[in-house]
Amino acid sequence: MFERLKCMLIKEIIQALRDPRMRFILFVIPVFQTVIFGYAVNTDVRHVKTAVYDLDNSAESRELTARFVRSGYFDVTEHISNEQRVRELIDRGEVKAVLRMNLGMGALLRSGRPASLQIILDGTDSNTAGIVLNYASRIAGRYNDLLLMKQQGKNGVQPFRLGRVDLESRAWFNDNLESSNYYVPAVIANIVLIITMLLSSMAVVREKEIGTMEQIIATPITKAEFILGKTIPFVIIGFIDVAMITAVAYFWFEVPLRGSLILLFAATALFLMSTLGFGLFISTISHTQQQAMMSAFFFVFPAMLLSGFAFPIENMPETVQLLTFLNPLRYYLIIIRGIFLKGVGVDILWPEMLGLFLIGAVILSFAVQRFKKTVA
Amino acid sequence: MKFQRIKAIAKKEFLHVFRDPRSLGLGIAIPMLLLFLFGYALTLDVDKVPLIVWDQSNTYASRDLVSRFSGSRYFLLKRYTDNYRDIERAIDRREALIALVIPADFDRRLVAGEKVPVQAILDGSDSNTATIALGYAENAALSYSRDVMLKQSRRQGVNTAFGLLDVRPRIWFNADMISRNYIFPGLIAVIMMVIAALLTSLTVAREWETGTMEQLISTPLKGPELIIGKLIPYFTIGIIDLVLAMLVGQFAFSVPLHGSLILLVGMSLIFLTGTLSLGILISVVTKNQRLASQLALVSTMLPAFLLSGFIFPIDNMPLVIRGVTHLIVARYFVTILRGIYLKDVGLDVLGGEALFLILFTIVVLALAIGKFRKKII
Repeated sequence: MFERLKCMLIKEIIQALRDPRMRFILFVIPVFQTVIFGYAVNTDVRHVKTAVYDLDNSAESRELTARFVRSGYFDVTEHISNEQRVRELIDRGEVKAVLRMNLGMGALLRSGRPASLQIILDGTDSNTAGIVLNYASRIAGRYNDLLLMKQQGKNGVQPFRLGRVDLESRAWFNDNLESSNYYVPAVIANIVLIITMLLSSMAVVREKEIGTMEQIIATPITKAEFILGKTIPFVIIGFIDVAMITAVAYFWFEVPLRGSLILLFAATALFLMSTLGFGLFISTISHTQQQAMMSAFFFVFPAMLLSGFAFPIENMPETVQLLTFLNPLRYYLIIIRGIFLKGVGVDILWPEMLGLFLIGAVILSFAVQRFKKTVA
Repeated sequence: MKFQRIKAIAKKEFLHVFRDPRSLGLGIAIPMLLLFLFGYALTLDVDKVPLIVWDQSNTYASRDLVSRFSGSRYFLLKRYTDNYRDIERAIDRREALIALVIPADFDRRLVAGEKVPVQAILDGSDSNTATIALGYAENAALSYSRDVMLKQSRRQGVNTAFGLLDVRPRIWFNADMISRNYIFPGLIAVIMMVIAALLTSLTVAREWETGTMEQLISTPLKGPELIIGKLIPYFTIGIIDLVLAMLVGQFAFSVPLHGSLILLVGMSLIFLTGTLSLGILISVVTKNQRLASQLALVSTMLPAFLLSGFIFPIDNMPLVIRGVTHLIVARYFVTILRGIYLKDVGLDVLGGEALFLILFTIVVLALAIGKFRKKII
């Protein structure tokens, strides 16, 4: 049994690694990609390029502009003086927001009457626009506080103090709300998913297409040995990749790794079980490598987008939310983010680990069963 | 180059495609299914942020503050709690994303005219959602404070109206801030990028691997003829995909198309040629299906997803990475599609992107043709 498995393993490892270009794709590109993507995955909305269209040019309007700049969220790149330029700048995407202060704003405020501050936003990116709008109303809100104090001081018979709420926010696990901390661990999961799925989805169908399957059938190797022989090398490759990429995330991007490394690898084993299971399953039901690749893509892409990687699962329609429970990446992302950022352990993560295990076990046994038919 | 030979190769390739109905079906069905699924499912909107509250004060004033949160569509009040340990666990389990802690002396200090700290604890691990939730929370707190201040100053006998600044947003291009309108055009670009490269990435490699390339080599067929002949059937599939994609956007998801249809079609054809040629180039260079498929997916899927500006703004990236994104052709197509779909801009604005797109297509096609050798090494 072990003898045959060993032979199979040696054959598979040689086959996967003989081509130097393949070695490059398997071991160099993932690291390279992590470095590039690690810099790219960033949704922080800071330094929003802003133009100021100040028709009022009063002390108040200048004060407001200064408050926008001081907040750190807005970078004033241009002061403009005509309507047309607003259109131009936003069309070209050179600014995301234009602050427009109409003539008489300062005078209105000084005389204690309401005035308006217009903010024109490029709504194409609705997410960013929403965040920018929030920043703007926060700044205006603070300014209003000041106005209220000043005005009641002016109007009141004697100065008195007004009560107000001060929101002290504390973001746990990620003090500065740096989005890369959230995304980089997830990039690891995505890369590993793609590599292992692709490798395993090609594994069996390749033998069929080239005709070497017949040679294997003619050997005394059993089904289990064959499947194990096909999966174990990919498990090893998967682990090496995870280890390398985790090192890049930790040392290069300085993403905090607060939880247990052992737990991370245990979860990775469960995750690999399910990705390789899906891959092998695809491989057994495909007739050509082209079909296998298309099917693998058809699995991987939805898995990536419906995993909570970039799009929050909570906001998806109910039916799709149910669908995501079949997605191994969904569980792995929760686990990997939990371990990296929150430092939580098995007591919190066990439902996800159980989910991964169940998916892996079911799909692997499916693959083994399908395989029997193809050999016969 | 002889037209007849191109025709012959195209015909052979068409037959190839039609006789593998599964691959053909996948080539058309996959993009449609994905567009439907994602158009339906994906949104960046953040609302109903799960909230738990530790109201130590439990007075009329504190309940009023809480109702500002629970009454808005942005927050979903899960439950009340009475200790930090519970808050910690709730955030660890992702049961709550934000927790409010209102101090016991909230009401008293408010009446006394003090600045009362209310703690907002956020799960910062999901920074995007946390940032948005924090924005909502701060605005809820500010509007509450303003009401308190107004009420108190009235009580003090100051009755004049206050001059307050009011933010009037005007959102251009996507007035209702529907994130689908933003996502959908980008989605077309990303999906087509991968599908196109996948479609062609195996075609030449397969001929090498199964040995049929030797037969082709022994004919008078020339390299460019082979490449162009091979492109034609997949180009047809790609056009079907794109037309269907645009129809889905228009009719299933009512994503508004503000700009010129002609420009949209023209740009799509160039993009399609470029990405299909990229697949062929990969196929020609690798001559091995396993390697070609790995390379095609690795070089298109994640880059198109992460580096095209589809979700992650290119402006946020460091200079070097921004340089790298210029190599990702999906980047131009994402910008072009969004510009045409949402902003109704023409070539005067999109000229740079269009130029890069054309340049990419020419270079990749020329490389594919140039790298192809009619020799058995």
